[in-house]
Amino acid sequence: MSPSARDARLIWLLSASAVIASGLLLLILLFLAKEAWPVLSHIGAAKFLLDDGWHPTEGTFGLVPMLAASLAMSALAIVLAAPLGVASALFCRFYAPPLIGRIYRWAIILLAGIPSVVLGLWGLTVIVPLIIWLSPPGTSLLAGSLILTLMMVPTVALTTEAALAAVPQSYWSGAAALGLSREGTILGIALPATRASIFAGILLATARALGETMAVLMVSGNVVQVPKSLFDPVRTLTANIALEMAYATGDHRASLFVSGLVLTLLVLALAAAARHTGGQVVHA
Amino acid sequence: MRVKKLSRFGIAVALFTTFSSMAHAAENKLVLTGSSTVAPLAAEIGKRFEERNPGVRVDVQSGGSSRGITDARSGLADIGMVSRSLKDEENDLKGFTIARDGVGIILNSANSVSALTDQQITGIYTGKITDWSAVGRKAGPITVVNKAEGRSTLELFLHHFKLKASDIKAQVVIGDNQQGIKTVAGNAGAIGYVSVGTAEFEAGQGTPVKLLGMTGIAASVENVRNGSFPLARPLNLVTRDEPSGLVKSFIDFAQSADVHDLIKEQFFVPLGP
Repeated sequence: MSPSARDARLIWLLSASAVIASGLLLLILLFLAKEAWPVLSHIGAAKFLLDDGWHPTEGTFGLVPMLAASLAMSALAIVLAAPLGVASALFCRFYAPPLIGRIYRWAIILLAGIPSVVLGLWGLTVIVPLIIWLSPPGTSLLAGSLILTLMMVPTVALTTEAALAAVPQSYWSGAAALGLSREGTILGIALPATRASIFAGILLATARALGETMAVLMVSGNVVQVPKSLFDPVRTLTANIALEMAYATGDHRASLFVSGLVLTLLVLALAAAARHTGGQVVHA
Repeated sequence: MRVKKLSRFGIAVALFTTFSSMAHAAENKLVLTGSSTVAPLAAEIGKRFEERNPGVRVDVQSGGSSRGITDARSGLADIGMVSRSLKDEENDLKGFTIARDGVGIILNSANSVSALTDQQITGIYTGKITDWSAVGRKAGPITVVNKAEGRSTLELFLHHFKLKASDIKAQVVIGDNQQGIKTVAGNAGAIGYVSVGTAEFEAGQGTPVKLLGMTGIAASVENVRNGSFPLARPLNLVTRDEPSGLVKSFIDFAQSADVHDLIKEQFFVPLGP
């Protein structure tokens, strides 16, 4: 086979994969829209934004408290997980003795592999009772965020570490030639050079946090309300679907698909926004 | 030539099997619709019934007790599923109880409260009573554990205490019974309600939860079975006519001891011993 024919075959294969991947996303969106449509068309999208409470069996469909809860829980988790993740990658790469660094890296990889339902169970039996001691009922926004943090740290740490490993050798040599300290090299060269990758890692972790269901459902209390404090129980959009889907019929069921649609659009909007600002960071 | 013959034979076989299976389906198919509480149990019973009666198909669809009544009346379903006692205006239908469902109030074992009146429970769940001191016990905030909308336990609870879903002010909303038990076991100030069968089993296994009696009657599987426990309801199958043939054998099977293990798996209480 000539190189050009091989190239043509590769192009065909790659475009086919791209079409399948994007086609699936489109189909999922269409499916969500189709299932949500009955309730959107005869009840109206406004009710989902303006209604006071979420009682689908009584005809109120307010999603805003759950949207707020999803955003607040993920935001808090990013604030905690991003510095922790980046710091542990820096520790692993620059400060840890080789043996400890290796063990630590394994621990992080192991943490990334723990199923979320296990983290949820652990949260419910360990974290929640600790929070009850501070302020009952324990199942709260804080508990959810802490569990999400645990899930996000490995993603951020591993992507940061991979990015640090990919910094060209000439940068390190340059830093050494300039006589920079280890701290100066990290702050002045390593971190700026890997900013875009770290940002991508955080974004990936955020998308996972927004979509996390089982663990959050177990530890966050699931009361539909806009959180006023860290100790308030909240229900996220994902938990809402998981809690009620099994027994929902008719409009109730369709309104859960609206939850799903809102969540998907939220993640897409986030990705678009991140792409926009991420691009700027790279060229800054 | 041979290929043609073979394919013609193949088509004939295919047509024959299709027709015969269609004929089978028409006479050997049972359709059950109704209560989403009964549906999972009916589906399990249906599966075992299919195993024992090859060629029979049992089709179970949920959609609420009222759909069960309507479909049984109109003949759209052979059997309707209804998760409550039949009302007076429904006595044109024949009802057959296959199991009972009981809901018990649970507290953490560390809680010294041993009984609550219906008014106190209503007060706690509507947010009028928020501290255990109001029911005469050691002070401490009450954590109200409620079920998610659409669950049958919630429905039974609301119905018994004459509440609406939106009246309840909860601190924790849970999905299944297990989650309710874990939540109450981990919080000394919590109050929740779960199926009596699950709670009795877990308490027996040493989980730190206890079942509260209601109006002096202990919350036990035995009292749900004999009908004396107030927070309980029958799970019924209903038919329009006196059952006969396949319908009769299915109902007999669903009421027999052969399905008691399935009933217990769904945390319901079988009628017989």
